[in-house]
Amino acid sequence: MNQLLLRKVRIQDVVFGEKTEVSDHVLRINQEDLVKYILEDRRLHSVAIKIARPGEKKRIIPVKDVLEPRAKLGGPLTTFPGFFDSAEPVGTGITYVLDGVAVVTCGRLVNFQEGLIDMSGPGAEFSLFSKKLNVVLVMEPKDNLGRYEHEEAVRVAGVKAASYLGLAGIAETFDVEILFPVATFSELEDSYRGLPKVIYVDMVIAQGLLHDNYIYGLNAQGTLPVLLSPTELMDGAIVSGNCAAPCHKNTTYHQQNNPIVEDLLAEDGKTLSFLGVIAMPVRTALLDKERTCTQVLKMARFLGARGAIVSEDGGGNPEADLMMLARLFEKDGIKTVLVTDEYAGRDGASQGLADVTPEADAIVTNGNGNQYVILPPVEETIGHLEAIDVITGGHTGSLRPDGFIEMEIAGIMGSTVEVGSENLKTIAV
Amino acid sequence: MGRVKVVHYLNQFFGQIGGEDKAGILPQLKEGPTPVGQLFEKESGDRFEVVRTIICGDNYAAEHLDEVEGIVLKWVEEIRPSLFLAGPAFGAGRYGMACGTMCRAVQQKLGVPALTAMHPNNPGVDSAAKEIYIIETGDSTLDMKRVVSKLVALSQKVLDKAPIGMPKEEGYLPRGVRVNVRVEKRGSKRAVEMLLKKLRGEPFETELPLPQFDKVVPAPPIRDLAKAVIALVTEGGIVPRGNPDRIEAHNASKYCKYSIRDLNDLTGGEYQTAHGGYDPVYANDDPDRVLPLDATRLLEKEGVFAKLYDYYYVTVGNVTAVASAARYGREIGERLLRDGVQGVILTST
Repeated sequence: MNQLLLRKVRIQDVVFGEKTEVSDHVLRINQEDLVKYILEDRRLHSVAIKIARPGEKKRIIPVKDVLEPRAKLGGPLTTFPGFFDSAEPVGTGITYVLDGVAVVTCGRLVNFQEGLIDMSGPGAEFSLFSKKLNVVLVMEPKDNLGRYEHEEAVRVAGVKAASYLGLAGIAETFDVEILFPVATFSELEDSYRGLPKVIYVDMVIAQGLLHDNYIYGLNAQGTLPVLLSPTELMDGAIVSGNCAAPCHKNTTYHQQNNPIVEDLLAEDGKTLSFLGVIAMPVRTALLDKERTCTQVLKMARFLGARGAIVSEDGGGNPEADLMMLARLFEKDGIKTVLVTDEYAGRDGASQGLADVTPEADAIVTNGNGNQYVILPPVEETIGHLEAIDVITGGHTGSLRPDGFIEMEIAGIMGSTVEVGSENLKTIAV
Repeated sequence: MGRVKVVHYLNQFFGQIGGEDKAGILPQLKEGPTPVGQLFEKESGDRFEVVRTIICGDNYAAEHLDEVEGIVLKWVEEIRPSLFLAGPAFGAGRYGMACGTMCRAVQQKLGVPALTAMHPNNPGVDSAAKEIYIIETGDSTLDMKRVVSKLVALSQKVLDKAPIGMPKEEGYLPRGVRVNVRVEKRGSKRAVEMLLKKLRGEPFETELPLPQFDKVVPAPPIRDLAKAVIALVTEGGIVPRGNPDRIEAHNASKYCKYSIRDLNDLTGGEYQTAHGGYDPVYANDDPDRVLPLDATRLLEKEGVFAKLYDYYYVTVGNVTAVASAARYGREIGERLLRDGVQGVILTST
């Protein structure tokens, strides 16, 4: 049976050094080297590398994406397939992870949907990224660069940095090694006969600027649903270019560490048989939604799924896909759980989803993105603080004269993330 | 410390005036408590003193909600109590509507904390649960002792501004307000556990109960439109200027019918919107934008359909309780059908 070995190198600090390397749980970065690598992309005018550690009085804004440094041992496979020389299927072999580190892409706004990460204070309660050693790339584009080119340049820079730093971990002794078997369907059938077969549908928005995801480097706008093994996600098969709203965009980091995949794998062979992941593009037009949802149903049927977990990406129109899928699955006898978040208003009194269906009787909610918070001033802003007045979750006047920020948690990266990485939920009172 | 002054609202039955035969009685005053009021006093360890009881017949209250509300407000204001209690109404619908309405009015207009108790399916819940605490009851009076105890306990917490626990702990019906909380397990883990329960056929609880809307099956198409009578109906609040029947700007308690015979156009001078849920400027400027009389008359003239019905029906669909909206729809439909209308243009805002 094929397998993926995930080797985690635990990192306790990140500093600048003469050579990019890992030793004694410290990641050293040769700043000049990394900057040069990023600036190979001529569309970027400058990049500044900043480090933000948990507990520091620092704020990162506007954040576009977050990635975990990962690299594959030996060739020809690479993490983030399709972004470098190889687009061959990943998910097998050996992958190194710099555990505790995240690459954060930042810099002048591409559009309004980028978010904020606070490293301390009340804002830090909402995001797992506040607990990471963040290597922040503050990138400024060349003048007159179009928005699509700007978005692509900073997205690719994040992928390059995560891969570059990941490679530094390979020479180091790892702290943890986890083995993930990658079974064929006949192997699954032989091993787990009798257990209910479960599929995970990972919705990925594919709707244009800052609303796109990349599967093997291909914009999901151009694909039908794709079947992936759980380990392919761990190797970066899905890269996020989506900033629907910071609270509920599934970042690349969330996809690499997809908690639904992790928690289903923990039950695999015990209480259920985990068939795999269907990455499902979410388009805007009804015909597209019907096309993808029925294709997903077709695949789930072929695979013999009896149960499904479906996670949303973004909010609003993707709820039509979420409900359509619940309807199709339940009518076909596939028991379904939906994972989402809500926009229930600041007072929590509004209907929080844009679409509903009676078949959606099992929903996990990751919180109300409209919750209002006040964040104290920090000692250092990495990026552009003034962006707060225009990003999702902020408003004109969000940045008060006294330096405090008033905003909705919708603007905090991953605060209500819909793959369920956090432990926030809503209750009715 | 002085005792807490309480005013209590009851129907004719619990007010010990009589049964269904007395359901038409007008609001009346009784100084001091009834036996239900005495239960409140006793349960509070005599901290509460029910100084005044207001009793009103169920039918009278249901048919004259606005008027009874005015009277209740006046009688409560005279006393300046610290607390207003209504019911418990259990499963009684008319009584529940009155309890909910009175509590909401007293709390909003007089700033006096107001609580009541009723069954979750009582229509009174729909009209008031967002604004006031309603203790959950069974559907019969057998539940009285437990309900009084919960109602008094929660009232004391409200009076003392003590922290109020979750609906299940305190016994009140969820007000439909969703708040963020932190739980031990992350969302993905909860999803896997929920799926396993669902697969095994075990009971599971969704974290986000969805509103269940009735499925309205569309009527079959009109066979011959050229021979059909068509009516205009709107929830957009278009009324003759001055809103003569006082349709409320939100949670409308009524619908109205106005003549459009001999009218080809609605002008801003003579019509307006009474709706409080949208920007009224464009509707007031030209009410046809919400109730398209001008365009409908053109179609009538072209012979697209035979005749426009002589009246239009209107209500305000703004935070209107679903139970009321369903009743208005049913009644309006029945009346139009009786008058030989085959089709309706229903405009919404």
